[in-house]
Amino acid sequence: MTATVTGTADDVRTAVPAPVPARRRRQWRHRGAEAGWAYLLIAPTGLGLAVFYLWPVLQTGYFSFTEWGPFGGHEWIGLDNYRTLLADEEVLQALGNTLLFALLGLLGIPVAIVFAALLNRPRLRGVSVYRALFFLPVVTMPVAVAMVWRWLYNGDFGLVNYVLSLIGVEGPHWIADPATALYALVAVCIWASLGYNIVVFLAGLQAIPREYYEAAEIDGAGPVAQFRRVTLPLLSPSLFFVSVLSVIGSLQLFDLVYVMAGSGQAARANPAMPRIQTVVGLFYDKAFYTNDRGYAAAIVMALLVLIVVFTAIQFRLQKRWVHYG
Amino acid sequence: MWKAVRVGAAAVLAAALAVSAAGCGGEEPAASDEKVTLSYAVWDKNQVPVMEELAAAFTKDHPNITINVQLTPWADYWTKLRAAVTGGAAPDVFWMNGPNIQLYADNGVIMPLSDKVDQAKLDLTVYPKALVDLYTFEGKVYGLPKDMDTVGVWYNKELFDAAGVKYPADGWTWADFKTAAAKLSNPAKGVYAVGANLAGQEYYYNTIYQAGGNVISADGKKSGYDDPATIEGLRFWTDLIKNKQSPDLKTMTDTVPLQLFESGKLAMYWGGSWNVSEFSKNEYTKTRVDAAPLPTGVKQATIIHGLANVVSAKTKSPAQAWEFVKFLGSKPAAEILGKKGPIPAYTGTQDAWLAANAQFKGKIFLDAVSYAVPYPVSRNTAAWNDEEFKQLTKAYTGEVDVEAAAKELAAQMNALLAKE
Repeated sequence: MTATVTGTADDVRTAVPAPVPARRRRQWRHRGAEAGWAYLLIAPTGLGLAVFYLWPVLQTGYFSFTEWGPFGGHEWIGLDNYRTLLADEEVLQALGNTLLFALLGLLGIPVAIVFAALLNRPRLRGVSVYRALFFLPVVTMPVAVAMVWRWLYNGDFGLVNYVLSLIGVEGPHWIADPATALYALVAVCIWASLGYNIVVFLAGLQAIPREYYEAAEIDGAGPVAQFRRVTLPLLSPSLFFVSVLSVIGSLQLFDLVYVMAGSGQAARANPAMPRIQTVVGLFYDKAFYTNDRGYAAAIVMALLVLIVVFTAIQFRLQKRWVHYG
Repeated sequence: MWKAVRVGAAAVLAAALAVSAAGCGGEEPAASDEKVTLSYAVWDKNQVPVMEELAAAFTKDHPNITINVQLTPWADYWTKLRAAVTGGAAPDVFWMNGPNIQLYADNGVIMPLSDKVDQAKLDLTVYPKALVDLYTFEGKVYGLPKDMDTVGVWYNKELFDAAGVKYPADGWTWADFKTAAAKLSNPAKGVYAVGANLAGQEYYYNTIYQAGGNVISADGKKSGYDDPATIEGLRFWTDLIKNKQSPDLKTMTDTVPLQLFESGKLAMYWGGSWNVSEFSKNEYTKTRVDAAPLPTGVKQATIIHGLANVVSAKTKSPAQAWEFVKFLGSKPAAEILGKKGPIPAYTGTQDAWLAANAQFKGKIFLDAVSYAVPYPVSRNTAAWNDEEFKQLTKAYTGEVDVEAAAKELAAQMNALLAKE
């Protein structure tokens, strides 16, 4: 005890093992404790991710090399599922449909930007009411949304065709006609995600400082030039974010199609089914209807690869056009 | 994700509470028979009340056994049941049908009941032979028949009167049906004679056997879809669509034939005896519809089917589950069922059903048993049922000629049967 008070320089050195200034050491220890807390606090989420996401993904990967009995039990069959997959017309058709869904789904982005820009006008009254209205479909259960749209689209008694009949147009059976089914579904997808996209773009627009527009105005830029030279570049991070999510969402499309294609047996007799079957829909069919779980696992693994590839491409391309102001 | 965790935690808590509560109740020295709750899975919401009544009647005699009737709608029943079996959470007792019995028996999912039937000295001849055979697999009985059904024509008297067409009656033929269909259809008004539903049991299976064809050979090894007579049975329906005497598949995808019939858009609806409960409750059909036998083609035929109660092979209370199934197959249970549900399978109890549904000519469904054909099944029925949808959809839309579609279906089905 006395040593610390009256001790020599040597004593001090032995008491401090590492030649680290005391202040920084304290900071480190402090940081270690902080990190401990951080890990503890993210542990529930991390654990949840590992248990409910990572582990199932790994398991699915394993199952994709197996064949399942009708009630569980599986045996290793190597690459057989993947060989079948490459030659399966049904899978190719579903892949084509899904890519078309993803591509057409991107059309929702300009629509969302227009609405966001309208909502961002400084003197607009009741902005929060509009925002809530546009956001409503996002917080509504997809199944409920799909049921209502199913009625709207009904070829004989639906509201859509009733409105068309007022202007003398005889509408088709939107979701049972192979020629229209996919587009009718894309429209619902765009409508359903519009609210979310508007909110993201609105936040992006509001983050652009007014001074930039003032400066642009002084330099003689009109509204169009302002939009092209100021708004778009500064909105590009939001654009990037929304387009990545939109593509992933479209590639995983299932619930809307499942509910809207028809209930139970009616869906199987829907003549448009081959044109609107998505990869996840096909996965569901194989896994839970014909009970070919191993093959179903191979289908979703292929989808996983597809999503990774598309997202990687998008991240690659972002360097060319996304500006982080 | 967190919602799932929270629900899980709540379930664990609830279970713990239930266990402790049960502990409190068990003060007395335990009797030899413990209290058990059996889960009983069914798919028809119309039958839930009568199932609950049967469960209550059973619990009255067996106070230690409570029955929990679980309803899963038809569209999800088999999907959910398979997942439950795979996950080791199958219900103790559940409804079984023809297309699935062999699959479940072959994989050891349900318990063979033959020994128990012998022990209890049950007489299986009280049920129609076609149904006992349906639930016998490799010489063992796996289920006790619960009910039976045959198919007939439900017709809308109002639409028949309006078109000046005589009501269908005993002995009417395909030719009579086609003449009536032509008079009853009015596509401009959206009224059709019948909805050519792409469904086997109530629709094309019947006409296939009426035409002298078959869906599957008697030994269950070969498809009958390439038989010219079978193709005639299919053409019966594709012609109706072609002649605009039936709505097309697009219309029927948007609005199913049952809904069309119940809103006066179809003059006839091929349906089962089970439709009685639906049509007697529906405000529109209650007074306007009645039943007639199916028209006769080359011969007279209707598909007979019936459900059975089966016991899960993994149930924790096999003795109690068997007691319950035995009760459900008994005469008193059949009498309760007949008053409020479908036609009971137990011979001699069907009068209660007839009396309970006297507003319709229910007798035609019982008379049909004499010329009925068993529902066609094999070990993996679902596999070729899927193929039926894929190939016949093309024939019904007219995309592919019915003969070509049927031959393709036969080829695919034979390949699947070879794998069984």
